[in-house]
Amino acid sequence: MTMRPEPKPAIETLRTAISRLEGQSDRQHAVLPFGVREIDSRLPNGGLALGALHEVTGGGNDALHCAAAGQFCAGIVARTRGKVLWILTRQTVFAPALKQAGLAAQRIIYVEAASDTDVLACFEEGLRHGGLGAVVAEVSRLPMTASRRLQLAAETSGSLGLAIRRWRRSTDTADFWQPTASVTRWRVSVLPSTPLPVPGVGRSRWFLELLRARSGECAVFEVEACDDKGRLALSSTLANRSNQETIGKRRTSA
Amino acid sequence: MGRDAPAPDAPLALVGREKQRRVVLSVDLAARKLGLRPGIPVAKALALYPDLALMDADPEGDRLGLERLALWFQHRIAPIVAADPPDGVVLDTTGSDHLHGGEPAMLSSMVHRLAEAGFRAKAAVADSWGAAHALARYGRGSVSVVRPGETQAILADLPIKALRLSPSIVAELATLGVAHIGTLATMPRAPLALRFGGQIAHRLDQAFGYTDEVITPIRSVSPVEVSRNFAEPIAAAETIARYIEKLASPLCQGLEERGQGVRHLDLILHRVDSHKATIRVATAVPVRNAKRLTRLLCEKIETIDPGFGIERMVLLASRAEPMERRQIVSSLIAEEEHDISDLIDTLTNRVGAQALYRFAPVESDLPERSFCRVPPLSPDETRGWPEHWPRPPRLLGRPEPVQAMAELPDQPPLFFIWRGIRHRVKCADGPERVFGEWWKNDAELTISRDYFRVENTHGERFWLYRAGDGEHGETGSQGWFLHGIFG
Repeated sequence: MTMRPEPKPAIETLRTAISRLEGQSDRQHAVLPFGVREIDSRLPNGGLALGALHEVTGGGNDALHCAAAGQFCAGIVARTRGKVLWILTRQTVFAPALKQAGLAAQRIIYVEAASDTDVLACFEEGLRHGGLGAVVAEVSRLPMTASRRLQLAAETSGSLGLAIRRWRRSTDTADFWQPTASVTRWRVSVLPSTPLPVPGVGRSRWFLELLRARSGECAVFEVEACDDKGRLALSSTLANRSNQETIGKRRTSA
Repeated sequence: MGRDAPAPDAPLALVGREKQRRVVLSVDLAARKLGLRPGIPVAKALALYPDLALMDADPEGDRLGLERLALWFQHRIAPIVAADPPDGVVLDTTGSDHLHGGEPAMLSSMVHRLAEAGFRAKAAVADSWGAAHALARYGRGSVSVVRPGETQAILADLPIKALRLSPSIVAELATLGVAHIGTLATMPRAPLALRFGGQIAHRLDQAFGYTDEVITPIRSVSPVEVSRNFAEPIAAAETIARYIEKLASPLCQGLEERGQGVRHLDLILHRVDSHKATIRVATAVPVRNAKRLTRLLCEKIETIDPGFGIERMVLLASRAEPMERRQIVSSLIAEEEHDISDLIDTLTNRVGAQALYRFAPVESDLPERSFCRVPPLSPDETRGWPEHWPRPPRLLGRPEPVQAMAELPDQPPLFFIWRGIRHRVKCADGPERVFGEWWKNDAELTISRDYFRVENTHGERFWLYRAGDGEHGETGSQGWFLHGIFG
């Protein structure tokens, strides 16, 4: 893991000039920090940009179920205010689990759309409204044009949009590598849980990949899954900066 | 009453409470033929006729039914109509009988109409409400018409019950030997007034038409409606949209005068080929905002077929509800909650009301029964789910059977095969035993499930259960199922 380089005044000036040219206001600089220094320092403006579209997918088999990706989004959304629109085509969300990630059931309004096209239409409608805490949509195909529309809608209203890319077959997941207009792209893969001294399953751990960040760099993190307030935590092994070899080995053997 | 209704020719009695007794309040024709009369105790009626069908009397329902019938008459026959409880409707047909082919024809058409709907009715026309009331109930034929000036002669033969006197007066007059209106009318009034008060004279005068009796007509509440006719038929979507906008603002004004907001809004487009196209939109809360209604309607313009053109547009608030003003929360006290009802309406009209919901907790240990769908804007639930056990973020629609090997009785599986892939279990939590809901269903009396949270060697976490407790065959098939996936 590399540390963020020292801020350079010349580059900062250039950045402000560019964002002024892009017509961005202060509101669009609003961010939702993860509360984990290592992650926030890698994101532009120190957090997940509000008023933007973000993409999340699951790694491996989770691309089909989106259990980890969904819970990652639930954790983000739990830290916003207001109602949440959750748009999907196949209802498999188990509400008590979202409650355990800090997202109360009465905050989520589900929209069960018939097709991906409907999902995108509802997604855009939700983002354009602006009165929601966040809009989450489970969608498999996200073409460039559609994502640009969504990004513009999110920018105009300042809403947070999270697209969970979820496919029916693992062969379709290659679609994820097509370019879109989203501001960040994340991939959440499951890792073996924290070992416990007694029999049982410990706190879930994820391998979190920031695959793309507009005006930022890619990064990978090993984190412990959301707690009941929706907060991530850095994996204790990583936080203590020890045992790096073991982690690498576990990943390759996984 | 639908399927529960007794057969039309079976004897039926309506039962109600009179002081402390349950008595028969009214009987139908079949029961009357058996010799049953209102007023006898229910026990006695059942002892005499065990086949008698009994139903509870519903005076409020009867009154509402009468009012609906009165409205129907108001639409068809005459404008001044009122319900005459408990069993009649009174109409002022002055000046409207010629529209229906004269008085006898009008009455028989009314009686026939009701007979088609399954009601036996009698109708009478007379100079006064009192006389018509008496004839319709105690006259001979099903239709009777009293020509002007004949009222006294015809009423003379009717029993005094027909005069709408209180039952105690009728009973006392009967002991005096007065049975008919004719007798009563010829008796000197002063002694009657001395003994019974002014009621007899008043009712006689009303029946003979010496005093006026005013019919207070019912008023139907018509929905707010605005319309517009076009000299030239219109067809273009933009034109329709423009006129929707023009119609929406007077509609909202009309709603504002009544203090209402619209829940269901119908746009009816009359085409030149006399077909009609309609757009219906529904809202989650009462709305009186012309802009918002216009937007909802305009989204559906593409669903209509204008044909050769539209010559008339009608905008109708088919369901309106009172709209209350509420105080806006001050930003000093609490953070303002955004109103998202307009978004809900837009989405509802796009994907349908069934597809928009929230989950609310249901008190059940079985995961698939522990939630229910509630409308998106229903009031917030205060209850929640118990949180001592982790729950999977994804729950399969129906549990999928897996092959598993486990030590009996209560050890987690060593491995399991799901969708053709073998997962070796590295660590597991459980069992969490869930019992069937025997208070809902006898078959679930002995059923139980043991839930395990397992993690395979790759770190994937699953929610498995064994149908049964691993010891007793009656608790389940002892097979393994995968029910959820953890993140």
